[in-house]
Amino acid sequence: MRRLPRKDAVIVGLGWTGAIMGHELCQAGLQVVALERGPWRDTASDFNIGTAPDELRYGIRHDLFVRTAQDTVTARNRMDQEALPIRRWGSFLPGNGVGGAGVHWNGHTWRFLPSDFNIRSHYLERYGEGIFPENHSIQDWGITYDELEPYYDRFEYLAGISGEAGNVKGQILPGGNPFEGWRSRPYPTPPLKMQHAQNLFQRATTELGFKPFPLPSANMSQAYTNPLGVTLAPCTYCGFCERFGCANYSKSSPQTTVLPVLMRHPGFEARTECEVVRVLKSPDGRTATGVVYVDAQGEEWEQPADLVILAAYQLWNVRLMLYSGIGRPYDPNTNEGVIGKNYAYQANSSVNGYFDNQLFNSWAGAGSLGMTCDEYNGDNFDHTGLNFVGGANINCSTFHARPISARPVPPGTPRWGSAWKKATRDNYLTTTNVGSQGSNMSYRDCYLDLDPTYKDRLGRPLLRMTFDFKANEERMSAYVTDKMVPIMRAMGAKQIVATPKRGPWNVVPYQTTHNTGGAIMGDNPRTSAVNKFQQVWDMPNVFVLGASAFPQNAGYNPTGTVGALAYYAADAITQQYLKNPGQPLVQA
Amino acid sequence: MRARLLAAATGLAALIGITPLNAAPDNFAAVERGRYLVVLGDCVACHMNPNGEKRGAQGFVGGRPIETPFGLITTPNITPDRETGIGTWSADEFYRTMHEGIRPNGARLYPAFPYTYFTRMSRDDTDAIFAYLNTLEPVRNAVDRNTLPFPFNIRASMLAWNALFFRPEEFRADPNRSAEWNRGAYIVEGPGHCGACHTPKNMLGGDRSGDRFAGGPLQGWFATNLTGDQRTGLGNWSVEEIVEYLRTGRNARSAASGPMAEVVEYSTGLMTDPDLRAIAVYLKEPPAQAPAPPARTPIAAEDDRMKIGEALYVDRCMACHTRTGQGVPNMFPRLAGSQVVQQEGSETVLRVVLQGVRAAYTPHAPTSPAMPAFGWRLNDEQAAAVTTYVRNAWGNAAPAVTPADARRMRELLRDRP
Repeated sequence: MRRLPRKDAVIVGLGWTGAIMGHELCQAGLQVVALERGPWRDTASDFNIGTAPDELRYGIRHDLFVRTAQDTVTARNRMDQEALPIRRWGSFLPGNGVGGAGVHWNGHTWRFLPSDFNIRSHYLERYGEGIFPENHSIQDWGITYDELEPYYDRFEYLAGISGEAGNVKGQILPGGNPFEGWRSRPYPTPPLKMQHAQNLFQRATTELGFKPFPLPSANMSQAYTNPLGVTLAPCTYCGFCERFGCANYSKSSPQTTVLPVLMRHPGFEARTECEVVRVLKSPDGRTATGVVYVDAQGEEWEQPADLVILAAYQLWNVRLMLYSGIGRPYDPNTNEGVIGKNYAYQANSSVNGYFDNQLFNSWAGAGSLGMTCDEYNGDNFDHTGLNFVGGANINCSTFHARPISARPVPPGTPRWGSAWKKATRDNYLTTTNVGSQGSNMSYRDCYLDLDPTYKDRLGRPLLRMTFDFKANEERMSAYVTDKMVPIMRAMGAKQIVATPKRGPWNVVPYQTTHNTGGAIMGDNPRTSAVNKFQQVWDMPNVFVLGASAFPQNAGYNPTGTVGALAYYAADAITQQYLKNPGQPLVQA
Repeated sequence: MRARLLAAATGLAALIGITPLNAAPDNFAAVERGRYLVVLGDCVACHMNPNGEKRGAQGFVGGRPIETPFGLITTPNITPDRETGIGTWSADEFYRTMHEGIRPNGARLYPAFPYTYFTRMSRDDTDAIFAYLNTLEPVRNAVDRNTLPFPFNIRASMLAWNALFFRPEEFRADPNRSAEWNRGAYIVEGPGHCGACHTPKNMLGGDRSGDRFAGGPLQGWFATNLTGDQRTGLGNWSVEEIVEYLRTGRNARSAASGPMAEVVEYSTGLMTDPDLRAIAVYLKEPPAQAPAPPARTPIAAEDDRMKIGEALYVDRCMACHTRTGQGVPNMFPRLAGSQVVQQEGSETVLRVVLQGVRAAYTPHAPTSPAMPAFGWRLNDEQAAAVTTYVRNAWGNAAPAVTPADARRMRELLRDRP
């Protein structure tokens, strides 16, 4: 192993959080290197308009995702089962390469509700201990919405998010989300143009007493130049967002917002196809001294650094901490230790509507083109007697009708042949969907650890996931899905098929890539891995960014909160930590 | 003993007020001016390391092959290395090189090195550049300077060329014009050497002086017309728009790409605002310029080439450039009324369509968006039709592009990544 010259900071992973942190640290004068295990990716070179919307290559064959031959996880539902490796991604799709999942996301950019951050104390105060599900490990985040608000704002203005404000400095505004936390100013760009399905949904929900509002979107409604001077172009509604890179510079991603500036920064260097295999520690184990990585030639390198930023995908952050012996691994039997604790997912549901007399033209869509209602999210509704914690947003979005995967035929249709073709023809333009994005609480027996059997190509144990949907999530999903059916009826569907979330969790069908937890934040080193600045409690020069910090998952897409937390951590480092490096920012 | 003698001699020199020959004066002011003059002259664009490295001395190590109609010319090392650079040159020799195109060893330079423009620079300015170049780290980089094929490799032939097309003379200000205009004239006609690309050349590579700034084909691009012509020139551009373009690489009308992207990145984007304004003021009122190109009427929309071109445009181009050719400001260039699109020669449009292009990067406009290549999905007829369409839609008017033009461009691009 060869030792390289020291850097001020090494960043593991060059996605959203790595790019944001890289830029902030470079602006503060640090010499920064980012190590990305996937390839370099850029709009100009990789997302050619003539090849980017290739459903077979990207949608079906997963071209933008990490190859399972390079890294995968093993999965099981219960602790008494043997976990098996996922050999083809299904339930979720971990990104890879520069830009990470920020390349292939749909672009839903939410703020979590204020009560999501103090969920444990909030529910306890309002409903008492009895509301919490059996065996839960629900925790407060150790940060408040008010503390995070300026950083949500920064991320939204970096990414040019299109939306309609519902609450500016406490003033509730018509057309926005009346339940959202206060925001210091409106969205940087107005909402996208809605499709026919959203118009029907808006009318139906309004009649039913909901307050629908446009889904906040990282697909641009108009050209936008962000505070770094980088310009995004208006979305063309092509419908190739999720699983695809955007060829039109219309979807916020590290490539379209930060990297054009960061890559030219004299203090910054990115090395691609370099996989970090562990974090190095000082002999006393209290400080990280750098990382070891393997390049594409299989050579091992030591990169010493004063600051180590883990900015990989949630699963891989946790895996790297477990390998490197950072923090105490979580033990579900004793409920002690923290690394791997509180893995959570998301409990989504859908209601399909088949129409006679409506043409939706779903081909023209955008990743986050949608209308949403938040009446049944978080604790926006009275949970008394409902016997569950959490909720879901209800949305009607037209995000694609791609020819291979979008075959919305009603139940009972044959899987192939002339009847299937006829059903496709009859339903392709006349079907739409109302979905819910549901929260997922944390439980003592839903966690991440190292697999005892399966190893990767370098001989390291794979990460093992132990997870299932619990009764709390099933009850929540059934309740919210019940509220969605009348909406679809009011929209005029002739046939309605409702699919609430039910266990057991199955790794095969795609559900969501919103994996969370495993290196959770909190106010106490006994129950959390990082403090509210995402600084490792017992290794102060290591910061762990991303959704691995979520103590449980809310009823929203995570990227807005991930971006806000990255800015929050960056400010803490540049304005506090660097004045007194090596010290914890929160006293345990 | 020897040391004492030397000391005595130096003392004597000080006493009678002369300095020893080799002592460098404190030339701080000259070096500062020289650094900026190097920006005005865009020296880095040609003399930088061909691997793209251009920080510090790497911007001057030479070796970059420059395309000329007569073959490739490789640029020399102008760092102060004594063996492979200009380390042994005197300021007089440097001035003669800039002013007359003759190197210290008597060899005549080709006008790919634009001494035909640099000749207008003052001795003060060439001295300042020389002083700056001498602050660079000497880099050893031997460059094969004789890459032109026969008969152009005979440097003595430049004697005759110079007699025909070149008269060494320094710039003389026009007392009837403003200081700003004169400053612009000095930059444009001197260090900036704009005409080197934007004035068409005769068969022997000399400027066609009657066609000043008419634009012309160059290195597989078409350098745009810079006259006051409304359709193909800068007639519709305001001074502010020219300044914005030169400073940031783009404005609401256009985006710099190809060789002009390099000019913006290495030169105009680093100039002071007063200098950019001076350039714009001069370009809006040049002393003489080419006659306006012939008036044109657009090719009729019913023409088959236009119909095919329109269908292709709607299918392939409109998502970014929009149905009405307006583009997206600062991202996707406006095609309706575009100067670039309506040049007499179709080289730039064809090249951009076939090969794709990346807009200039400047700190003011860091996005540097790119148009992808379409050459792999358009045949020659289609490429000709779609370029003919954008040259003649929305009130544009320019000569049709033929499939043979497309084929020639494709061949030209084969070995140019």
